[in-house]
Formats: sequence, structure tokens, C-alpha cells
Amino acid sequence: MSTTETGTAAAGAPGGGPSGGPGDGAGAPRRGIAARIVGRVGGGVAQFLLIVVAVVWLVPTFGLLVASLRSTSDNGASGWWKVFSKPGQLTFSAYSDLLGKGDFVDSFWNTVLITVPATLLVVVIASLAAYAFAWMEFPGRDWLFLVVVGLLVVPVQVALLPVAKLYGSVRIGSFHLFGSITGVVLFHVAFGLPFAIFLLRNFFAAIPRDLLEAARMDGGSEWTIFRRVIFPLGGPAIASLAIFQFLWVWNDLLVALVFADTGSQPMTKWLQSQMRQFTGNIDILAPGAFLSLIVPLAVFFAFQRYFVQGVLAGSVK
Amino acid sequence: MTAPKDQAPGEDGTPPGDGTPQGRESSPEAADTTAASGGAPAAVAPGTNADGTAATATARTAKSTRGLTPPSWLSLTFLLPALLLLGFLVMYPIVFSVVRSFFGADGHSFAGVDNYTGIFKGHDNLVTVRNTAIWVVVAPTLVTVLGLIFAVLTERIRWSTAFKLVVFMPMAVSFLASGVIFRLVYEQDPNMGVANAAVVAVHDTFQPGAGYPGAGPRTGNDALGTQQGDGTIVSSRQYAPGQSALLPLLRIKPEDLPTKPVQAVQPPAAKPGELTGAVWFDFTKGGGGNPNQPNAGESGLPRIKVEAVRDGKVVGKATTRDDGTFTMKKVKGDGPVTLRLPKSNFTASYGGAQWLGNTLITPAIIGSYLWVWSGFAMVLIAAGLAAIPRDALEAARVDGATEWQVFRRVTIPLLAPVLTVVLVTMVINVLKVFDLVFIIGGGDPHASVLALQMWVESFGGGNDPGKGSAIAVLLFLLVVPAMLFNIRRMRRERA
Repeated sequence: MSTTETGTAAAGAPGGGPSGGPGDGAGAPRRGIAARIVGRVGGGVAQFLLIVVAVVWLVPTFGLLVASLRSTSDNGASGWWKVFSKPGQLTFSAYSDLLGKGDFVDSFWNTVLITVPATLLVVVIASLAAYAFAWMEFPGRDWLFLVVVGLLVVPVQVALLPVAKLYGSVRIGSFHLFGSITGVVLFHVAFGLPFAIFLLRNFFAAIPRDLLEAARMDGGSEWTIFRRVIFPLGGPAIASLAIFQFLWVWNDLLVALVFADTGSQPMTKWLQSQMRQFTGNIDILAPGAFLSLIVPLAVFFAFQRYFVQGVLAGSVK
Repeated sequence: MTAPKDQAPGEDGTPPGDGTPQGRESSPEAADTTAASGGAPAAVAPGTNADGTAATATARTAKSTRGLTPPSWLSLTFLLPALLLLGFLVMYPIVFSVVRSFFGADGHSFAGVDNYTGIFKGHDNLVTVRNTAIWVVVAPTLVTVLGLIFAVLTERIRWSTAFKLVVFMPMAVSFLASGVIFRLVYEQDPNMGVANAAVVAVHDTFQPGAGYPGAGPRTGNDALGTQQGDGTIVSSRQYAPGQSALLPLLRIKPEDLPTKPVQAVQPPAAKPGELTGAVWFDFTKGGGGNPNQPNAGESGLPRIKVEAVRDGKVVGKATTRDDGTFTMKKVKGDGPVTLRLPKSNFTASYGGAQWLGNTLITPAIIGSYLWVWSGFAMVLIAAGLAAIPRDALEAARVDGATEWQVFRRVTIPLLAPVLTVVLVTMVINVLKVFDLVFIIGGGDPHASVLALQMWVESFGGGNDPGKGSAIAVLLFLLVVPAMLFNIRRMRRERA
């Protein structure tokens, strides 16, 4: 989280206590010891409040983890926090049972098969378009870009019915687009594009003109420039985008619910189908939900810097 | 996002301390001042970690060398894949949905605006509309306020990075997983759901109750106690220190018994000056057993308060153990006492709030939404805070402003553009909220919102694509102001 880190470091001085800044001399007599004590106490109160908040934020996920590590009968008899008095209750049996279920394992691989292509395709297609928007001249360019910006906020709900109908009409031999992984992927790509183009165009536009012109002067074709100059320089923005798209697709439920069938369903849809009996199915739902969130969480912790950048750059979706 | 320009400060009214004229940039200098002045969350956007942002502005101004630009047909090949996908899967569906929304369920009969008026007809539909309104007003406001509080408070601690990670983390978790997490949190039974466990713990600290409603002594000749009108039970005979008392109870509801009952036993022998006793459920399953004696298979009653009373004054107190026995170590004064089980033992124990009941379900789901999104607001606002010029704050402090005044009069106005962006983003997001309501609400009509109702009408059993389309179009229309807000922002930036 490098960006925010530097931010708070800079803000730390004046925020930390009233007597921080160099221009303090004149004001010091007016805010004497009393103000300083208030500052200290204020800091202590802030500490305390934030500890409470951090605990409140962690407890729900921690509860899920513990519940997933207890047997069905223990979960039925008492709350997960009782584990502190009986650590011996912890067991991996729910996980091994779940991983023994063929349809869950299939749904895990479907999630991967949906997420990876949907992420790669968005990166490639959006980079090409963003390059054209940033560095090529064509009639209606600005107008078209504003349309893309407008599409940023379109709710997926608008497209569910029409696209379902459209997919239903696409049948090539025994292949039906509706219910296929391809259909789910294409939908995710299309709805990922406005944000992706928006993010990348703004980043590509910031690449110094001299660099491009030098390359064009050297006679490099647009493809070469795209591959050799833009794509490598766009690294950080592309990383932000890829992480965003990855998380968005991995975590999606609604699109899968509409366009996937039981053969192509991702984990989210499979887990949803187990929700009807919540307490009765907790031995499936808790480990399943935890397995489904562990991958995005790992991605988040590994690449949080790019994730935060993406949030800051694209706060419109 | 050529960072600084995107969020020109003074979106609505120029914040104090920002001396930059609002003329739209183009000189590197202007770009720099805008970056330094407040309210640019994007000041920390991708641009920053590549080449300096000033370079952008220079590049922009020099739009001259036309000879080198490629022919425009070439740009079409770069754009084609994106345009095809956007055209077929985003633009065309919008048009299709609008048209479809004017037709009935079968798709042939023209329905006029019936599908739209239908959204506001009938009890369940109105609840859905009301819930959506609550969501749109409450959730974005709370997310922004929490984000602001967290962002300001983290400036005062050393472990701010760790804190931000913790609060930001749920953003990476799917709504489905968040839904499962919060279904678990909101479980009704205080022995299962952590929310009610906390509520009950707090409640019982102030108003403890053992929770054996309806219980009472045996009536008739062999009764060892009598029950008063308010539920209090008083022993029939008196006990002197050094004696032991038997206080059998009947009419205990099975669900009020301890989950792991402990065999009732005879009270321990009382030492001089002590009073001991046993309270138990004097009922042997399947019959048999001696009345007024703790027989095998009978359960002790834990957590019952016992008081010793002499001349109307409480002279001793004890609480029963898991096996139902108690020991009253100190009994003030001399002489025999009456034993009393106060009425608090026989009021229903507090079971916590009905989080997923009709009234609280929407606030409860909004609570889980706050858990997911507050980190987002915090990160954006923290970036905005970091971009506020220190001079403005210091100047106010030198002038003798208190920290609160500085916050209220300087920080907040400078942050206004960021707060607006967060609020607008959240409103758009809230209108689309589906998964959380679907998972936590579990189909309860009291929790429904438009985004969920759209799915229900179209795919989840409603079987009316006309109505579904109408709701989708309504959702789309509701985000149009946000769309225009974004476009205006972009145009201003590029003008």
C-alpha cells in the first residue's frame, strides 16, 4: 500500500500532535500544556477506537475460519468461539469431505477456467483500444471515448435478459453458447472493458510523447510500438487492471447464476446452491466459502499496491 | 488518469486555501499546483509511479506533429475487438431492454408502461422500493462517514498500514463469502451467532436472568415451596445455618435445560455458619423416582439465584452450580431464614435481536455492506487527506484554530471533491447490490431490493421478462446522473 503509506507519513506530523510544525512558535502560547494533553489523550482514544474497529473487522472472517475447522456436531452444539476452551476440537475433516466432492472440485476448476481467460482477454483487448484512444487520430475519437466513460456505470442487470436471449440463439453443432464457459467469459470481458479502457487510456496518455515519436520516426509500425513501448511501459496500470478484473470475475455470482449451467458453474454458484439449508450445511458452506476467498485474498496481499492504485484511479465503477 | 486534472478542486465552490485559478491547466506549472492543492484522490493514481505528471501536460500541449500519426483506418483494427464486444453485449442490450420493457411476459403483447407502474404496486413491491431507497440513502452516507473517520484516525497511529489492510481486506472477498460470513454472524441462537452472543453478554451483564420461565414448585401436601404471583418462589420451611435445603422445581421447558445436563445431587454438607442446598428439575424421565429427592437421571439447574431472607431482609446470597447445588458461605445475623428464589430466575432469558427478522434484516445486510466497502472509502479519503497542503492546516493552527475547527473549516472543504466521488461511486454500487441481499436475505421479501427483484422476475421464478426489463431500465436510469457526472468530469479534464 505504498501510495497510502507515503500519504500518512506526510500527514503524520501535523496530525500527530498540535506542537508539530515549524511555524508553531506564534501559536504555542495560546495552546499550551492543556492542548498538548488533549492531543495525547486524543491519540490514545484513536488507538483504542481503531483497535476495536480492527477486531470487529477481523472477527467475522476469523469466525468463518474456525467454524470451517470444527466438526458438524460441534458447530451445531456451540458457537465457534468455544474453541478457545477446547482447541482439541479443530479438525480438517470438513475440508477433506468437501474436496472429496467431485462437483465442488469441478466448480473450482471452472472458476479458474472462467477467471484466467476473462482477465487476459480484457487486458489485451483494452490495451489495444486504449492505445488507439490515447495515441492515434481518428474521427469521433473523443466522442467515442466519452461513450466508453458513460458505459462505466451501466449495471449488469440491463444486459442479463438480452444477452441470455442472444446467447440462446448461438448454436454451432453441439455447442451452445448459453450455459457455456465461453459465454460467461465473454460477458465478463465486455463488462470489464469500459473500466479497463478508461484506466489504461489515462495511463497510456501519460507516456511522454517524445518516446513514441522517436519510435515512429525510427519507422516502427504501430504494432511494434504497441508491443515494445506501450505494453511494457503500461506495466503498473495493466497490473492494477488485471488484479481488479481477476477479483471481479472470481468473486462474481450474478453473471454465473444467469449464464452458467451445472457443468460450467463456478464455485460461487455451486456454493449458492448449497445455501438453502444454512445451519444444516455449515460443514460445506464454511470450508467452501473459505476456500473460495483464500485465492482472492492471496492475490490481494501479494499485489495490494496495484490494487490500491486501481481503486484510486478508477473510483467510478 | 492524468492524475491531478481529473479531480479539479472546486467542483462545487472553490475550497478555501486553493488559490489556483480554475482555468484548465495545460502548463506544467498549473498541473503541479492542482496536484498539490487538496481534493485530488487521483493524485496518487497510476501516473505518479511512472513518469512525473508534469510531463503529461507538456505532452498534451504539443499536439502538433501530425505527419507522424498513423492513418485512421489502422486505429479501427485496434478498436475493433473492444467495439464488437461493447456493441453486442452492452450497447445493444440496453436498447433491447428498453424495448422489451414495454411488452408483456410473453413478449408479443404491448404493455405500455404497465411494467413500470407495476414496480410500485402491491405490498411486496413497495417494500422492495422502500428498501432500495433506504439502501441508497443510508449505505453510501455511512460508508463515507466511516471512511472519513477511519482515514482521519489512522493519521494518529503508527500501525496505520496494518489497520488499513485489515479494513480494506473484505474488498477482495466475494459477496457470496461475505454473505456466508454474515449469515454465521447473524445466527439467531446466541450460542451460534457472534452478534447475538455479544448482545446477550452485554444484556446479561446489566440484567442477568437464569431463564427458566414457567418453572415452579410442586403443589399439594408434599410441597417444599410456594410460588408468589410475580414468580418468586419461597421455601415452605425455615433453615438455620449448618443445615441443607432441597428446592425441587417442576415445569422446566426442555429447551431451557442446560445443553449438557449434569446429574442432580444431594447438597454438600454445610459447615457451621453455612447454608447449602440443591435446586434441580425434580422429574424423572419415564416416571419413577422419589419426589423431592434428586434421583438418577434428574438434572441440576445451574445459574439460579438463591437468597436467604429474615424479617423481609436479604441476609445471604448464592448461585447454583452446574449440578444445581449452592453454598451460602455467609449468612448475616442469627436465627433461621427463609430461602427465596427471586423472580429474575423465572423470566425468559434474553435471546438477542432478531437480526434476520422482518424489521432488522435490511439494516443487518447494510451492516455487512459497510464491512465490505468502508475500506474503499477510507483508502480514497486517506489519499485525499494526504494531498491537502500542510500550509493551509498550519496557517489555520497559527491563527489559533482548534483541531476541530481546522478539521471542520479547512480539511472538510478541501476534501469535498473526494467525498463527492466516494458518495457517487457508492450510490452507483448500492443500486446494483444483489449478492449480499440474495445470500443473507435468502429470498425473504422483507429484504428485497430492485437489483434482486430484477433477477427474481426474469430468472428466479417470476418468469416475466417484461417486468425484469422494466426494473433493469429503471436501475439504468437511476445511474444516468452518475454517468453524466463522470462524463462532465472527463470533458472538463480534456477541454
